[in-house]
Amino acid sequence: MAETTTETTKNAPLLAADGTPLRRKLEQALFVSRMRALGLVAPLLAFILAVFIIPIVYFMIQGMHNPVYADRMPNSTPILQAWDGQSPVTEEMAEAMVKDLILTRDNREIGRVATRVNQEFSGARSMFTSSARKAERMEPPFLEALVDADKDWGKQEVWRAIKVAATSWTPAYYLAALDFQYAGDGSITRQDAERRIHVALFVRTMEISLIVTISCFVLGYPVAWLLAELPVRKANLLMILVLLPFWTSILVRTTAWIAMLQGQGVMNDLMVFTGLNQVILQISMLFNDYKDLTVSSLCGIDVNAALGSIPAAVEKFGASPPGTLTRCGAEILAAFEQGGESGARSHAEALAASAQRWGYGDERFSMIYNKLGTIIAMTHILLPFMILPLYSVMKTVPPSYLRAAKSMGATNWTAFWRVYFPQTIPGIGAGALLVFILAIGYYITPALVGGQDGQMISNFIDFHMRRSLNWSLAAALGGVLLIIVLFFYWLYDRIVGIDNMKLG
Amino acid sequence: MRATSQGMDMTADKAADAFVEFERVQKSYDGETLVVKDLNLNIGRGEFLTMLGPSGSGKTTCLMMLAGFETATHGDIRLDGKAINNIPPHKRGIGMVFQNYALFPHMTVAENLAFPLEVRKLSKADIETKVGRALDMVQMKAFGGRRPAQLSGGQQQRIALARALVFEPELVLMDEPLGALDKQLREHMQYEIKHLHERLGVTVVYVTHDQSEALTMSDRIAVFNDGVIQQLAGPATLYEKPENAFVAQFIGENNKLRGRVENIEGSHAVIALDNGPKVKALAVNCGGIGKPTLLSIRPERVILGPEAGETALKGRVVELIYLGDHIRCRMEVAGDDEFIVKVPNNHAHAVLQVGEETPIGWVVDDCRALDAA
Ligand SMILES: Nc1ncnc2c1ncn2[C@@H]1O[C@H](COP(=O)(O)OP(=O)(O)O)[C@@H](O)[C@H]1O
Ligand SMILES: [Mg+2]
Repeated sequence: MAETTTETTKNAPLLAADGTPLRRKLEQALFVSRMRALGLVAPLLAFILAVFIIPIVYFMIQGMHNPVYADRMPNSTPILQAWDGQSPVTEEMAEAMVKDLILTRDNREIGRVATRVNQEFSGARSMFTSSARKAERMEPPFLEALVDADKDWGKQEVWRAIKVAATSWTPAYYLAALDFQYAGDGSITRQDAERRIHVALFVRTMEISLIVTISCFVLGYPVAWLLAELPVRKANLLMILVLLPFWTSILVRTTAWIAMLQGQGVMNDLMVFTGLNQVILQISMLFNDYKDLTVSSLCGIDVNAALGSIPAAVEKFGASPPGTLTRCGAEILAAFEQGGESGARSHAEALAASAQRWGYGDERFSMIYNKLGTIIAMTHILLPFMILPLYSVMKTVPPSYLRAAKSMGATNWTAFWRVYFPQTIPGIGAGALLVFILAIGYYITPALVGGQDGQMISNFIDFHMRRSLNWSLAAALGGVLLIIVLFFYWLYDRIVGIDNMKLG
Repeated sequence: MRATSQGMDMTADKAADAFVEFERVQKSYDGETLVVKDLNLNIGRGEFLTMLGPSGSGKTTCLMMLAGFETATHGDIRLDGKAINNIPPHKRGIGMVFQNYALFPHMTVAENLAFPLEVRKLSKADIETKVGRALDMVQMKAFGGRRPAQLSGGQQQRIALARALVFEPELVLMDEPLGALDKQLREHMQYEIKHLHERLGVTVVYVTHDQSEALTMSDRIAVFNDGVIQQLAGPATLYEKPENAFVAQFIGENNKLRGRVENIEGSHAVIALDNGPKVKALAVNCGGIGKPTLLSIRPERVILGPEAGETALKGRVVELIYLGDHIRCRMEVAGDDEFIVKVPNNHAHAVLQVGEETPIGWVVDDCRALDAA
């Protein structure tokens, strides 16, 4: 028996009992089970494809493809595309434009075309709609007739902007998302300094996400440790507290934060009551002794109030008082002596502008409707995403490791740092990645408590989706965001290794 | 007999030079029950002392108090004459081997061994030589670069051992270090640990619930039950001269016959068996006249047939199991059918038959009258 088996392996492929080759037989068996598995997940696959993959691909394409103009302006589109953007505007171009204007006015599409061109060159909307009204009655030469209707038609850069709009496939939106300008002649230049907002916004988004991630880690690590150490019953209770944010409506939570953090809110009242606000101000003054920011932090947004507070401050602290409030007041007084009332006012205004992020009026901090508010509320909401993976990893680290380390002479700190901490890194990685990626695309919290400087990129995407209706730019911003997230994912994989991640 | 006296000698001189002392130590986790009750124990320098006892008897607790991970509720623990109750674990300089080895999974074997040296701030060169020597000691030279997960159970055990010894502690604690190994490997490691102990001369406190492991390795064994040391003696003494019923039962195989003390004559007692005649036994721990007692006789000390002598009882063979070197014979004696006799497989012994009645007996001193627990 043993002999025949060895012979068959040498000479011919192994055969199953019914004579078919074993390999084929195995493949058949595997195929059936694979098909069954596929059948089971097919509904989910179809669902994901329909509501996730296809929309994302469609959206990404929309960031590069905008046929609004080309679809509606059939005459001018090919001529504009053939134009090099440098040579003078020809009569032929003008004639095609007039034809198209008549066409779109008749089928009532002119508004959309005008909106599209307006994205490239503001002022184009009224120029298009008014010219379209007059287009019926225009006579050759059409270029002069157009210029008569609106003198902007005589400018070459306007035609270049129209050429950009006429190009369906365009990198313009992605470039705009990165603060570059794509001109009709194909040149790429940086956006004007005061209009470079997107890169700064991406940077701020990442900054907020990073701060939130770090705060979640700092706050979550001890909690996760406590969860892993406590006896089951207490741990369960604590777990409920940790999960509470999940079970509360985001609006309720955010409203609660507003009540807590606003100028006349609980936290500020508490700080004023305990005098903690003074302590914080003194400390921050100590660190930033000569910086406008802190010196002026008490003078607040309201310049008149700041000027008015000087006598009160002098009364309160005496002639040469030590506090920040009066330092600020003293500066304004000095400015008053030098430059009169207007000098004092401009100095106070400068102080107030830099003090906005710190506080206003009577020594209260603004902790909401700004970046700080966004960070606090987001940290609260995202904390469970850090704690849960940390907890699940810590649960698997036996206490005997710490004991072993201590028995070998390690202090508590060394034992923690060299033995316990490294073993929780998979949990830290998972939690940090989760929190960071959730934070980077976070929308609702910054929208509610972000104020001006707490807005994030998703709020801008929302703005372009619902207000300016520039979907292509929204798509491009979303595309850039997606690429950033994928980049961080890749980075994480390189540094920590994705298979090291433990989510639960 | 020779082994016995040696064990006794060791007990005497080791305890005199006490390196570790437990004095009236008590421990309670919940404030209601005592897990360790009034523990008094002296461990000599260089001694191999085993704490043996069933699970839950408080062995680990004692070890953890010595290591500093639990605090004694009452009493003193002294190391080398100094009370250590208030010294934190990392300053006690005690090596430990854990049941699950507790090798750090994120470090290589060599890094694991280097850890106790690094926290002691030794120089790089010193660390390297010491790690090399420690690896040599457990014959694992080639494995320094591996991670613990890439080692077999026995190899991990060796590394854990080397790690506990590499910083040359004077005292090493081991809590069921061989519990996770299979039988063969366990026996092999028992000898290896024993030889290491002999070679290095460190003091070892070893915890196990396996009595054969304890007998193989130890200079002295403290038998624990219910938080109390039942007997503290060398292996031979413990086996041959158990002082109470628990020790007799726990260590080795034991026959027990229940009875009542009828008379005491010097060091011997006359016991009336519950279901049989009177027998003579060595009065070890049997209380006064009229008290219930338990007679303990080792199966290999029972004599069958005509040589049974004066204390002869009648036994009926219930079951015979052939085990090669001896025959295990289960008998009914004085109404108890769990009486085991180990019959050497040699020509001198008649072939027994199931159902056969035969006289059985023993040397009087081999039958010990103990407490009736
Ligand atoms: N950390 C602890 N908290 C409460 N009770 C414990 C703790 N550790 C051990 N015990 C109890 O103490 C008794 C002795 O345990 P232990 O010393 O581990 O025994 P052994 O090591 O001999 O098996 C057991 O009843 C156990 O339940
Ligand atoms: Mg134990």
